[in-house]
Amino acid sequence: MTFNTFWFIVIAVLWIGYFILEGFDFGVGMLLKAVAKDQAERRAVLTTLGPVWDGNEVWLLVAGGATFAAFPEWYATLFSGFYLPLFLILLALIVRGVAFEYRSKYGDKQWRARWDNAIVVASFLPALLWGVAFANIVRGVPLEKKNGVIEYAGGFFNLLNPYALLGGVVTLTVFLTHGAIFLSLKTDGAIRERARALVTKIGLVAAVATVAFLGITTVAFNDKHEVYALAFIVALSWLAALQFNLKGREGYSFLFSSIALAFAVITLFTALYPNVMPSSLLESASLNITNASSTDYTLKVMTIVALILTPIVLIYQGWTYWVFRKRVSAKQISTPEVGVLDRINP
Amino acid sequence: MNSLDLARWQFAITTVYHFIFVPITIGTGFLVAGLQTAWYRTSKPHYLRATKFFGKLFLINFAMGVVTGIVQEFQFGMNWSSYSRFVGDIFGAPLAMEGLLAFFLESTFLGIWIFGWDRLPKKLHLASIWAASFGTLFSAYFILAANAWMQHPVGYTMNTARGRAELTDIFKVLTQNTALASFGHTIPAAFFTAGAFVAGVSAYLLIKNRDVTMARSTARLGFITVIVAFILVAVTGDLTARIMTTQQPMKMAAAEALYSSEANAPFSLFTIGTLDGSRSVFQIDLPGVLSFMSTGSTNGVVEGINDLQNKYAQQFGAGDYTPNIPIAYWGFRFMIGFGFLALLFSLIALYRINRNELPKGKWFLPAMISMPFLPLLANSFGWIFTENARQPWAVFGLIKTADGVSPAVGAGSVAFTLVVFTLLYGVLAIIEFGLMLRAIKVGPETFDRPIEDVAVGGDSDRTLTMAY
Ligand code: HDD
Ligand code: HEM
Ligand code: HEM
Repeated sequence: MTFNTFWFIVIAVLWIGYFILEGFDFGVGMLLKAVAKDQAERRAVLTTLGPVWDGNEVWLLVAGGATFAAFPEWYATLFSGFYLPLFLILLALIVRGVAFEYRSKYGDKQWRARWDNAIVVASFLPALLWGVAFANIVRGVPLEKKNGVIEYAGGFFNLLNPYALLGGVVTLTVFLTHGAIFLSLKTDGAIRERARALVTKIGLVAAVATVAFLGITTVAFNDKHEVYALAFIVALSWLAALQFNLKGREGYSFLFSSIALAFAVITLFTALYPNVMPSSLLESASLNITNASSTDYTLKVMTIVALILTPIVLIYQGWTYWVFRKRVSAKQISTPEVGVLDRINP
Repeated sequence: MNSLDLARWQFAITTVYHFIFVPITIGTGFLVAGLQTAWYRTSKPHYLRATKFFGKLFLINFAMGVVTGIVQEFQFGMNWSSYSRFVGDIFGAPLAMEGLLAFFLESTFLGIWIFGWDRLPKKLHLASIWAASFGTLFSAYFILAANAWMQHPVGYTMNTARGRAELTDIFKVLTQNTALASFGHTIPAAFFTAGAFVAGVSAYLLIKNRDVTMARSTARLGFITVIVAFILVAVTGDLTARIMTTQQPMKMAAAEALYSSEANAPFSLFTIGTLDGSRSVFQIDLPGVLSFMSTGSTNGVVEGINDLQNKYAQQFGAGDYTPNIPIAYWGFRFMIGFGFLALLFSLIALYRINRNELPKGKWFLPAMISMPFLPLLANSFGWIFTENARQPWAVFGLIKTADGVSPAVGAGSVAFTLVVFTLLYGVLAIIEFGLMLRAIKVGPETFDRPIEDVAVGGDSDRTLTMAY
């Protein structure tokens, strides 16, 4: 295997990690108001995310950094081309992070209600936009070659085609379901019941959207037989996740929704390979793992670094989930109406 | 304004803003870890109160550090795509290493620390804040190495066919003296900042007569941190200046607005007059100091702006190679000046506290309130000087800032994002500042429930000490 292919796989792995981990973050954020009715419940729901959300987001930062290091042309063309959607995602990520940390500092009803709304909207936007962005990458966007440099030549509205919007609906509904499964695994009492009931409802919508989206994808890439098989695995795992949820086996349900997400990313990257950003205008203006990449020396350095550090990161991130394995319930939150900054200490 | 100017403003605003929170995170993380260690060792309750109190302030700050950093990670691609293509082979590597080695470490272990009070044995819980703190150091190291490469590119070759710089030696990039000096200067500056922050807040509590036991010990910790850190900052600053003079002589000339080369050059503390160098109306000079700073000898020759401009025009082709002189001149002085002011306040306050006097006097409260802000100003001016006086280069001698901007992004888009980021950052600054003030007013908590040692994972029936 060449270094270029290896780094294509590494980037895919980083996105898999990101979609599985921040996927449930987004789902939980969107469901905050739907599954948690009073202050104790809201705070219990947010506490399931508390220890992990930032670590989950770092998967995105590393995916960004790794793309910069391994495929600078991809990094440059993608983020300058998808300028406004990326900007909206960044805004949402800023607001969300701050909202988590600041929301319960005061007991004031209006203060909390505003941040709750912020969390819902700022989880919704990226959940939708990542799907739109990925669908566009796979579908191909207008890229032009000028003076030997490949640049995005479309506008903002080019990115809002039906296939891409369907992709957005897929990530949106899949993250919602995945978040509901996570909540049913990590909480107790009324929240757990509400979340479990939502899994089947939203999960079926997600299933329809996903089948439609992957159906179109496999037809468009019908020269690649692997894509069919992979899409099939996605569908099966998803149904298994819904089935285990109905049986009350939340751990398995979460495992299978994660597998479905992983294979969905693998399907898209397989459809893409060896391109990283195909041009819808001209085959020769496509970015691929060769013309977008760094030198072999850089890739070699980065390979050594990644091989040493990734296992360590996986071990300690896994350990976090072990440390926080206990369910959180509303009754564990003492004085839920009071924020830490409400009372002056003597 | 064209998209170049807008992109520069956006970069300047977002990084300077990010760097308000960064030094507080780096330094305060270690100070809180130290306080918690003191509590672990001695079980004295005021150390626990201090850990929790400054921990709370630290976390309010940390959240802002994280969210403003996310923008930086993608901004190179969004606004500076030509730059990214040109340097990606080299510059991306430290950025990716930073994520893999540092961001994972700090974010994961800080999450464990915040929510781990009921979930971990005391020793592991303590270890988690140390791990997170070292994460911030790694983060600083890699990003500063990347920045140092822009000041002084090493370990690369030019690939003219692909029109980009390519990495030949990663160790040179990570260990060149520019990177080490910058790390050595920036980290003590972060401790300086955190010390002033802790000291200012503690002195305020002392003046208001709140939790005097705790406040006295943390005030002392803060002031001593400031004083020790200042010595290190000054020593490494001097070292940095010497390295800078050999690598970017124009920057040193700009810092002094020195137009023609001079031996035994003076350092002007203060100038009233014209900064285009034609004449000065009033100037306080320290003879020989500039020569000493730049070369290590009071008789060393310091090259002047005009000579350097001619030299660069011959070397790189016609063009303007002179940075903005007033920004360089005043940026350099404000960095040092605000630092000195904080040092002075610290020396006086520490003297008073050590004599067990409760500090009094009209000037004392405003001075202590200004303490946390002085190093923030010094840091900002330090960066503004470093980055602005490198202009017109983005990477010194290799690519100009003007050639780095994204060709596919219109001025309208950049203007739009610039305005929205700035407005959002303004609103967040008000909210964050309000929370900080409120947290300081609320003051340290007393704990009636003893902190018990729990097994890993804790127990799901007890109420949680920390919940969002
Ligand atoms: C000298 C130190 C330093 C400097 C020059 C910078 N940063 Fe920074 N950054 C940190 C030191 C730091 C930190 C101490 O590690 C932070 C601050 C608060 C925090 O959460 O970590 C951080 C946070 C932080 C994060 C969020 C990490 C997370 O989610 O935990 C990102 C993505 C960046 N930074 C990226 C950048 C980029 C691309 C920079 C260059 C323009 C930059 N930072 C300058
Ligand atoms: C957090 C600390 C930093 C601060 C406060 C800072 C400050 C600034 C400022 C004020 C400018 C605008 C200069 C001008 O246009 O006149 C600038 C530009 C720039 N800096 Fe930095 N900088 C920091 C760190 C970095 C780092 C670590 C990098 C690279 C890894 C970097 C790369 C750049 C680039 C690419 C530009 C745009 C080109 C330009 O306009 O000069 N900066 N920075
Ligand atoms: C005491 C005398 C000081 C001297 C002689 C000094 C010297 C310098 C020099 C020469 C640079 C430019 C480095 C370059 O462009 O390559 C610099 C940058 C900087 N200074 Fe200072 N400095 C001093 C005090 C301070 C203080 C008190 C602070 C903040 C608390 C500070 C924070 C910074 C920062 C953040 C930078 C930019 C980062 C870097 O390039 O390393 N400095 N300083």
